[in-house]
Amino acid sequence: MKKLLVSPAPHLHGKESTRGLMRDVIIALSPSLLVSIYFFGFSAIKLALVGIISCVVVEYVIQRYVIKSTKTINDYSAALTGLLLALNLPPNSPWWLILIGSIVAIGVAKMTFGGLGQNLFNPALVGRVFLLVSFPVIMTDWTIPVSWFREGIDASSGATALSIVKEGLAKGLNMDQIFQANDFSYMEMLFSKIGGSVGEVSALALIAGFVYLLIRRVIKPHIPLSIIGSVIVITGIFWLVDPQQYADPIFSVLTGGILIGSIFMATDYVTSPMSKQGMILYGVGIGFLTIMIRYFGSYPEGISFAILIMNACVPLINKFMLPKRFGKEVKNG
Amino acid sequence: MSKTFSLGGIHPHDNKISAAASIENFPLVDTAYISMSQHLGAPAEPVVAKGDIVKVGQLIAKSSGFISANIHSSVSGVVSSVELLPDLSGTMVQHVVIKVDGDVWMENIDRSEEIVGEIKLSGPEIIAKIAECGIVGLGGAAFPTNIKLSPPPGKKAEYLIINGAECEPYLTSDYRIMVESPEQILIGTKIMMRALNVKNAYFGVEDNKPKAIKLLKKIAGKNYPEIKIVPLTKRYPQGGEKQMIEAITGRQVPSMGLPIDVGVVVQNVGTALAVYEAVQKNKPLFDGIVTITGNCMTEQRNFRLRVGTTFDTMMYAIGGLPKDAVKLISGGPMMGKAVCRMDAASVKSTSALLLLTEAETKRGVESNCIRCAKCVDACPMGLEPYLLNRLSRADRIEDLEEHMVHDCIECGCCLYTCPSNIPLLDTIRLSKAQVIKIIRSRPKK
Repeated sequence: MKKLLVSPAPHLHGKESTRGLMRDVIIALSPSLLVSIYFFGFSAIKLALVGIISCVVVEYVIQRYVIKSTKTINDYSAALTGLLLALNLPPNSPWWLILIGSIVAIGVAKMTFGGLGQNLFNPALVGRVFLLVSFPVIMTDWTIPVSWFREGIDASSGATALSIVKEGLAKGLNMDQIFQANDFSYMEMLFSKIGGSVGEVSALALIAGFVYLLIRRVIKPHIPLSIIGSVIVITGIFWLVDPQQYADPIFSVLTGGILIGSIFMATDYVTSPMSKQGMILYGVGIGFLTIMIRYFGSYPEGISFAILIMNACVPLINKFMLPKRFGKEVKNG
Repeated sequence: MSKTFSLGGIHPHDNKISAAASIENFPLVDTAYISMSQHLGAPAEPVVAKGDIVKVGQLIAKSSGFISANIHSSVSGVVSSVELLPDLSGTMVQHVVIKVDGDVWMENIDRSEEIVGEIKLSGPEIIAKIAECGIVGLGGAAFPTNIKLSPPPGKKAEYLIINGAECEPYLTSDYRIMVESPEQILIGTKIMMRALNVKNAYFGVEDNKPKAIKLLKKIAGKNYPEIKIVPLTKRYPQGGEKQMIEAITGRQVPSMGLPIDVGVVVQNVGTALAVYEAVQKNKPLFDGIVTITGNCMTEQRNFRLRVGTTFDTMMYAIGGLPKDAVKLISGGPMMGKAVCRMDAASVKSTSALLLLTEAETKRGVESNCIRCAKCVDACPMGLEPYLLNRLSRADRIEDLEEHMVHDCIECGCCLYTCPSNIPLLDTIRLSKAQVIKIIRSRPKK
């Protein structure tokens, strides 16, 4: 007699999987990767490869020999961490730098908590910040390496726009003078920025990835939009008060990793809030902290620290920012 | 513009592959196995014994409590036994087994095709008639209809809502009766409006059934202007009672509350037809429209099926169980029950028999929760399934109550949407039952 399957409802399941979602994020990062390969050539490829391979190997070794659980490297999350870490480093970083970063990201920030879904902090960001505080010279050396495709770049013009502004202000220059001296243009920032980490060369490529993630419903727009919105509002207020001391809002959004941070780092499922209200609070918190660090701290950028600080607040946000319940506030009439 | 509910929901493929198949009468069976527990509440008490001769529509068991319902024979023949037999999930339930001999109906049942529009009975008479004919809600829960039509003292119904959403994928039985008997359903609606003493009724239909909406609008517009046909967005669980009330009236049924708390009574279209047949045609509820469907079947069918037909007989009628079918579901794929006994029989509220292949129904291997919040977004009650699952597994009953596990409507959206294949609803369902038991056991204030 034929045997029938018996199980509780529902008997249908959606087609989404963890692996598919991670793959979609990697696809969304590919325009940025391609643009960075165009600008930085072999060093971008090298960083991405070393990052991905070392993250996957570290995760496999820990999963297999230390925590002895089921195999998890197939879900692409380790590969994604490696790629994100690579895209967040200066283009001229040596291969061993990203190797150390990967060991910290996967070994310390992810696997010690129990692997995927358990970590409190975004692994790629922990890796990046570890490198930033341990190797400050390399991590702020924005010299552009020689590319196969694009020759004749002035190798000395590698500082990030934000550090140029910060140094300029320290020297007593005002915004107009800094902008004139450095020839900043928004078009150039959209397509190919002057300096910055591997992945943020082109704002347009990052935005293309954002649109892809939204269309595929991998992420919701709440976190990125609330970060970008709050950055615009806060920097706008400062700018209106004193346009010679503070950069304008558009410049502030297009520089210093706001886009890659808000689209790809802050939206990490594991380390971001569950409810939509919580996501907005989290995003505004990141935007606020980023600008405070930029204006009053010693680092010119700041979004990495802002995201990590807000990561630590996520359990609290989840506890107090509950989703809207059905039938709780009854409006009958 | 179609209306819809405010929170959550999913969009599974609707797979209404049997929509075009007209309703056909299911061939007479050899033996009918009629369960005494076809409704919510106390089982009915048999009033026949072995050897009795019964006719189609004859009372064979009577309601045995406040929440219970009469049961009538669906066939004519000789009662061969009254015994405990397994239902579709294997629970032993009292059944009246009738050996079929011919098809002799009770003389007082009007079997003509003529549509009777004039309602002669008064409100209380209608409710008594509905109770006598053993009508239960055919939307799934099988709650006795006469009780639903008699609001408790102090509560007054303002609207009657007829639920024609049929938001479950695959099911087409409600659709078929809406296109084949629209006038009868609208008369049934009028009858229930009189019983409830309400002036307005809304009739919600999902907008993937444009033919039904057009037909109902045409007839209602001409003869029954007090019944408004409301197109609803195709979105699961649009047909959930609370979701439908919100979509149509904007009112939210409070936690642990009933629709009557916001002045609404909801009845399914199948119930409206059964009410019409009972009140106008004197026909008790002993059959129903059942969709037999599945992508693995060559032919999709909609049958008028007598209560007490076994799943084996149904399979035989469609030419046997298809080779690649691994799961039989009584009801829809989102909330229906998997059949574990082929010798179990259909009941009043059986609406479909769905056959799924392994590829269609396979659950993936569970992996770590990645906190993607897709379950939170999908939950139409605004709950946090990921959290309820964790609390359930840790048996944290107090926290579960604080996080409103008792509001779960078991629609299955969370489990459907989970990319990590976590059996969210399985664990939530267990703890929900526990929490509701605790809440109910508390002394009332």
